[in-house]
Amino acid sequence: MVDALHIIRDDGSTDPRLDPELSEEDAVRLYRGMSLQRILDNRMLALQRQGRIGFYGPSLGQEAAIVGAAMAMEPEDWIVPQYREPGAALIRGMPLKELLCQLIGNAEDPVHGRQMPCHYVYRKGNYLSISSPVGTQIPHAVGIAWAMRLRGEPHAVLVFFGDGATSTADFHAAMNFAGVFRTPTVFLCNNNQWAISVPVARQTASATLAQKAPAYGFDGVRVDGMDALAVFRATGDAARRAREGHGPTMIEAVTYRLGPHSSSDDPSRYRDESEVALWRARDPIARYRRYLEHAGWWDDGREARLEQEIGDEITRAIQEAERAPPPAVETLFTDVYAEMPDHLRDQRDAFLAPRGR
Amino acid sequence: MPAMTMVQAINNALREEMRRDDRVIVLGEDVGRNGGVFRCTEGLLDEFPERVFDTPLAEGGIIGTAIGMALYGLRPVPEIQFMDFIYPAFDQIVSEAAKMRYRSGGQFTVPMTIRTPFGGGIRGGHYHSQSSEAYFCHTPGLKVVVPSTPKEAKGLLTASIRDPDPVMFLEPKKLYRSSREEVPEGEVLVPLGEAAVRRPGKDVSLIAYGYMAQVCLEAATKAAAKGVEAEVIDLRTLVPLDEPTLLASVKKTGRAVVVYEAPRTAGFGAEISAILAEKAIEYLRGPIVRVTGFDTPFPYALEDVYLPNSDRVLAAIDKVMTF
Repeated sequence: MVDALHIIRDDGSTDPRLDPELSEEDAVRLYRGMSLQRILDNRMLALQRQGRIGFYGPSLGQEAAIVGAAMAMEPEDWIVPQYREPGAALIRGMPLKELLCQLIGNAEDPVHGRQMPCHYVYRKGNYLSISSPVGTQIPHAVGIAWAMRLRGEPHAVLVFFGDGATSTADFHAAMNFAGVFRTPTVFLCNNNQWAISVPVARQTASATLAQKAPAYGFDGVRVDGMDALAVFRATGDAARRAREGHGPTMIEAVTYRLGPHSSSDDPSRYRDESEVALWRARDPIARYRRYLEHAGWWDDGREARLEQEIGDEITRAIQEAERAPPPAVETLFTDVYAEMPDHLRDQRDAFLAPRGR
Repeated sequence: MPAMTMVQAINNALREEMRRDDRVIVLGEDVGRNGGVFRCTEGLLDEFPERVFDTPLAEGGIIGTAIGMALYGLRPVPEIQFMDFIYPAFDQIVSEAAKMRYRSGGQFTVPMTIRTPFGGGIRGGHYHSQSSEAYFCHTPGLKVVVPSTPKEAKGLLTASIRDPDPVMFLEPKKLYRSSREEVPEGEVLVPLGEAAVRRPGKDVSLIAYGYMAQVCLEAATKAAAKGVEAEVIDLRTLVPLDEPTLLASVKKTGRAVVVYEAPRTAGFGAEISAILAEKAIEYLRGPIVRVTGFDTPFPYALEDVYLPNSDRVLAAIDKVMTF
């Protein structure tokens, strides 16, 4: 169906020339990461419908292209995300409760409820803060990678964006700067076929997105985004080349957004269920499970235990997060600048002063 | 102590900060081999070949990658060749640099100084003359700095580069080479957020920044010949604003003329006027009067008509003195 790098065959065996040969521990960790993101999505969409969080953007169908890529990066590397990669944040060590507090926007959210749900940030995991405008993060990833090079530090940056972002000026500028200055950047385009209601054919007349990369002077690789091993392999190879000073790579992970763009979106308005069904049959998690089973690392018993464990973890995180109060009003005024300037202090003091007059 | 133009003082500040701190990076269009179209970065590439970059012609890319450098702990000083060209980078400045500290709860910050020549007076027409400071003053998270003398350009630029937040450093082109001033070698610091009283006076306060501060000084000289003692306040930093100096002056004189060369409507001087109306109205003996550019695009042939001059400021002084 997709002319792209793939490793896991339908029967769960792998292409021996390309298999990254994960240990059982890492292979299961990747599976756990994908399963966690899937179960979290379903639970959060339900939570949103109950009015307990205001908004949610699920990743259904893109688990391999997100978690497979994040797993390929080293801890010193940076990840520059968009808004659809909670699975990557969790792989980088973000505690589930902290993520839940972000979704609720409460006092225990490190960002004090300043952003809409799904705008995660996790400094300890070198996981950058997210903004809503599409594509603006791509030049940041080039600048961070450029800085690594200037400091002589052998790390790389993984930046996530979607097919829609390839139409932006920031994508062009970032790709161009990365090519000219040979920055250690891995551009991971999650081509999920739809930018809200607009299909990828309306974003570009190019046959593929990966083919844009050679015009900027570096390689573009097309991988089957429903194949976690293929994404892991391509990302790992690109990151290694980047760290070794061989410059950037663009990876187009061909995938599909099985769910809505967000909790505010109804995809039946713009796409046929028959198309969705076609991609659902290629579910990345089911496919990866066949690989684990083929390797003798997985069975129904382990699956049941994993589902139970993740479900409990999420339940616990929700319970703990929902206990936290709303953010303190004072936090409205902090972190605008390193030091609060007088005019902002005056506004705060005037607002917080006792009013009985 | 060498006498320097503002261009030379800016160059001197950049060179000294690059020597002091190896995290300081200069990038932009023509800033390397050419030394910048106004020569502010002349010679820096020779001394710091690993830290000065001629970039592709893309303002969004310059600012976007500079933000990335700052996130990683460097101190980038990107140059936008003319402020008129800054709009492709507006999203990066306003949505990204300005909000990063707030939206990450202080986990990520952007210590970056964007240098850009601004303002009229060099026959630059629509696209080499604009004063778009108001857009940036309207954005929480940014600081906005405008020098008006060579020595202070060095001191303010040095303070900006060392500042932990993103700073818009707006260089009045008209003053780049209009005068020389003794500028000490070595550290010169002018703290951000402090206005200067350029000329004391008791009758009327003239409030301005950049080239217009010079125009106000000329007007004050002319007014003195007519027996009116005008006080000239040079704001130097627009955000954060030095309200105490501003208010002390107007409370003393009871009259205020606000001068800026940007279009009048919603210009930064409108904010000054509002602050004076809110906090000093009981001291005012006449209306707050603005002398500004017109609400038109910046013209080419009629530039001298468009730009406020000392005669227009003088007319405003007469108006408030005879109210």
